[in-house]
Amino acid sequence: MAEASKQERIALNGDEAVAYAAKQSDVDVVAAYPITPQTIIVEKFSEYVANGEVQTAFVCTESEHSALAACLAASATGARAFTASASAGLALMHEMLFVTSGCRAPVVMAVANRALSAPLNIHGDQSDSMAERDSGWIQIYVENAQEAYDSIIQAFRIAEDANVSLPIIIGLDGFTLSHTLENLDVLSDDAAARFVGTRQLPNVLTHEGKSVPFKLDPENPMTMGPIALTNYYFEFKRQQEEAMKNALEVIQKVHAEYAELTGRSYGDGLIEQYHLEDAEIAVVCVGSTSGTLKTIVDSLRQEGVKAGLLRLRAFRPLPVEALRSALRNVKVLAVMDKSMSFGGDGGAVYHEVRHVLYDAETHPVIVNYIYGLGGRDYSPRELHQVYEDLLQISKSGHVEKQVSYLGLRE
Amino acid sequence: MSREKGWKEIAPAGVCSKSSVGFMTGDWKTYTPIRDLEKCTLCLACVMFCPDGAIRFRPDLGRIEIDYSFCKGCGICANECPTKAIKMSLEQE
Repeated sequence: MAEASKQERIALNGDEAVAYAAKQSDVDVVAAYPITPQTIIVEKFSEYVANGEVQTAFVCTESEHSALAACLAASATGARAFTASASAGLALMHEMLFVTSGCRAPVVMAVANRALSAPLNIHGDQSDSMAERDSGWIQIYVENAQEAYDSIIQAFRIAEDANVSLPIIIGLDGFTLSHTLENLDVLSDDAAARFVGTRQLPNVLTHEGKSVPFKLDPENPMTMGPIALTNYYFEFKRQQEEAMKNALEVIQKVHAEYAELTGRSYGDGLIEQYHLEDAEIAVVCVGSTSGTLKTIVDSLRQEGVKAGLLRLRAFRPLPVEALRSALRNVKVLAVMDKSMSFGGDGGAVYHEVRHVLYDAETHPVIVNYIYGLGGRDYSPRELHQVYEDLLQISKSGHVEKQVSYLGLRE
Repeated sequence: MSREKGWKEIAPAGVCSKSSVGFMTGDWKTYTPIRDLEKCTLCLACVMFCPDGAIRFRPDLGRIEIDYSFCKGCGICANECPTKAIKMSLEQE
């Protein structure tokens, strides 16, 4: 590996880390509306704008729906656009999420994951972005503030890749990451700018029959996403699915290149495995919980228990092959969901991991834990109990409860 | 009629493959605007109000012309006309 780029160690919370990364990514337009626990991101970024530290047009909109509409419009002109949201804000963007992905606009959005009303709750869970699973956005979830910083820088490269051209959400757990101070290493402005580069535009054929860069430009007029009825809509949706499949490779490629530059990596960029090679019992989680779970795996390993962990970093596109090959030899598996799919017999991550393993020649017994809703704390003791449950299932071969609620009062 | 293209052959993001001049939206209409040239004072309010640009003033003919290939029959012209020189008819033009 080439020598990693010189970096500076500074203390930032998760939101500030995101803003710092966006500052170094040569963003042309930020349009945003404040919402806890994301507010620090755009607040900090607006300071950079006010101080003249960035060449970015900051658009204060009247709602999140408008914020994303403005980002989409900016992106359609070939500009680089960034926004951030959470919870009700992301929900208000719902319509525009589909328009943005349908217009193939590579907008980058940080989501400080938070519960949805009602009852009103400002704390962290992943209900907000999990509810946008099918909106056509790439979704990557991070473990800590360092990874939040690293992932935002990578996000522009992934989203803007000519074979992808899709918007991307970087999810960081509300408060647990967004408001928690951490020491992290940051690239120099120059090194970050070189890595992110300028936005490359693929060529498309317009109605005038000209092959021109994919952007709104009076010199080369084109119309994006106007109307496609029974005869063409389906074909455009199939293109989006192909772009998602392409993203699997691009996420890994950009992640590997970034690892070369910084010396930091997170598994293969899609999934992160921890003591999984010979694991008999294992847990799958999304987001910051893996930090605690790693210490539990360490202590179990010291006791001679073959415990492992898999952190799903990319939720969309779902790394089907990587998941299948990493988990097929596990005997008993718990999938952790920090959101609910009411009436769905378990959470979204559980459904998808089960789906992936259905076709494996061998596959584990799989159970689901719903946890941490509305910011409900989950102690190391409770997470340890999950592994204890798995050991029990492994011994008895009997699953008492397919779906359990961790830390819920009966 | 030309073969419709597959998903690998078309531009992304619903980028238009042909100009809107090629889409005859006039066949959407139920009601058709009919001019009464006797009542028309050439104020051209209908030209200004038509959301589709389907009504034009023809200086060479000295009158307005409605392009029924694109008129969707919304009736705004009839509603705005100060002399009631346009009426909406269920009959085809």
